[in-house]
Amino acid sequence: MVLTLVEHDDGDVDDVSLQALALARDVADQTGESLDAVAFGPEADAVAEQIGAHGVQTLRVVDDDALADYAPEAYGRAVVQCAEELGTEAVIAPGTDRGAETLSHAAAKLDEPMAAEVTEVAVGEAYELTRQRWGGTLIEHSKLTADTNLLTVAANEVSAAETGGDAAAVEAFAPDVDESDLRVQLTEVEESDIEGVPLGEARVVVSGGRGTDGDFSELEALVERVPNAALGSSRAAVNEGWRPHDDQIGQTGAKIAPEIYIPCGISGAVQHMVGCKGAENILAVNTDPEAAIIQKADYAVIADLHEVAPAIAEELEARGHAE
Amino acid sequence: MEDTPMEILTAIKRVPETGAKVSLTDDKQAIDTTSLGFTFSPHEECAVEEGVQLVEEHGGNVTILTLGAEDATEQLRSAIAMGADNGILLDGGDEEWGPVGTASAIADAVEEGDTNFDLLLFGNESADTANHQIGVRVAEQLDLPCITGIKDLDIADGIATAKRDVPGGSEVYEIDLPAVITVKEGLNEPRYPSMRAKMQARKASVDQQSPAPHEEGLELVELEVPETDDSPAEILGESPEAAEDVVDVLEELEVV
Ligand SMILES: Cc1cc2nc3c(=O)[nH]c(=O)nc-3n(C[C@H](O)[C@H](O)[C@H](O)COP(=O)(O)OP(=O)(O)OC[C@H]3O[C@@H](n4cnc5c(N)ncnc54)[C@H](O)[C@@H]3O)c2cc1C
Repeated sequence: MVLTLVEHDDGDVDDVSLQALALARDVADQTGESLDAVAFGPEADAVAEQIGAHGVQTLRVVDDDALADYAPEAYGRAVVQCAEELGTEAVIAPGTDRGAETLSHAAAKLDEPMAAEVTEVAVGEAYELTRQRWGGTLIEHSKLTADTNLLTVAANEVSAAETGGDAAAVEAFAPDVDESDLRVQLTEVEESDIEGVPLGEARVVVSGGRGTDGDFSELEALVERVPNAALGSSRAAVNEGWRPHDDQIGQTGAKIAPEIYIPCGISGAVQHMVGCKGAENILAVNTDPEAAIIQKADYAVIADLHEVAPAIAEELEARGHAE
Repeated sequence: MEDTPMEILTAIKRVPETGAKVSLTDDKQAIDTTSLGFTFSPHEECAVEEGVQLVEEHGGNVTILTLGAEDATEQLRSAIAMGADNGILLDGGDEEWGPVGTASAIADAVEEGDTNFDLLLFGNESADTANHQIGVRVAEQLDLPCITGIKDLDIADGIATAKRDVPGGSEVYEIDLPAVITVKEGLNEPRYPSMRAKMQARKASVDQQSPAPHEEGLELVELEVPETDDSPAEILGESPEAAEDVVDVLEELEVV
């Protein structure tokens, strides 16, 4: 059997978990095994309905007061016990913070290897994996040989797909959790006070890099003219202290998927590009026609961003696209 | 109340500093580094900075540890120049070590060493292999509590308050020390070492050890550079007058 860890928010199953289920179903089809899931917390019926439509036969629910708040080590212990009880051949988790953390604990407790950021599995004598390195700049082909194959699925790289099945059967699972597994526990959730359109949800992202020389005023003014737009930056601009890290796009920053991405004064380093590979279109503004970003963009303006950005804002105003 | 000095271990990894294009060695086993410099990951830079700031606040020592070839001493010294006190090189030779072996080598070195660390800081995932599990595995072997992906950390009275980002806010965790914490970039602003600090770091003591290799279970077959669409961009213009065409594009996409 293939067991998938499913995350949900009060019964609403998270997207990356649905993506993990798609890969897990592929593995289950290849091995001819059934696909089951394990989830924590109440709202089992809502979860069972959603994941049933993604091919899950049985949902094991851990609904235990001691585990009501997320506790990584205890969750890892519970996954181990569930996998052992069911004689699972593979445990698959979404490549989220919690998914990776929980499965790492499980892997360490089982003394098994774990492969992170997987995008494809071909089951042969071993599991032949395709996984991402460098945030997706490189692809790794590797072989996983283990009694229990543990892997996390790279976020937003595999498409979730419904099969139209009925709700999964629900079975309670009561792990035997040790007091010491509860040493780290979520104590509180704080709401962010950041205003404006979140980078991840913006339809237009204008961003600036070292080429701004620290003056973001024209880019800010441009963003204000466009509905559903947000301002981003490169790591160089963050390092210089010009922008907060929350604005950074790239491997160690935000991953964005706007309809159009407008990098201004950004050279197009691979670590930056992995943050915007979800963009439908890229329009680069750069003084250097040889900059790598020009190769990677769909459209380009070879000019000084401090002149181009105000000109775009003026043209928008002239055509009646006011604020 | 009087602060107790802290013993902090920070683990880093030497990785190539890739630019706009990555190419591979002929056998497709690694990045071709013949014309590249080396660095350590931004997450780890923040881990080093955090260690140094905590010691500035509470007193104590920061030890930097790396597993890698002897060349990785260069990254140990860069981290020491940021204000750490000393380094440990786990000389793993030129082979790439997997996550199981790396974690057990680090945990063994901590167990066998003379220092009782209050805090072990790691990057959330290494920039190159992105295995996402070293910190947790080390914590499991050492039987320490662990939290990953931290972007805000405060330590008082032997308790760490650690926050990590979730969409729309952050999750807060409270952990008794000693503990393992893995961090993400954004935690702080790493300092640039001064010339003087770099000179001094050359003289700092680096302890060299030879860890025993470990059965891995996850074996690299080969690497591949993903295909990208490198068709040339449509050049809209070379002056601010291109703004008209830019707005045409925005209108076509119906985003304005
Ligand atoms: C492990 C690792 C992770 C990383 N993660 C990230 C990440 O998440 N995000 C990220 O962005 N980077 C990341 N980097 C850094 C990355 O490698 C680059 O150093 C960085 O993206 C460069 O930023 P930049 O393009 O703004 O600056 P530069 O590379 O300095 O480019 C500046 C560009 O501006 C142009 N320019 C100059 N003046 C003007 C002007 N007046 N008008 C128009 N154009 C002008 C220049 O022609 C040049 O192309 C990471 C690096 C490593 C090693």
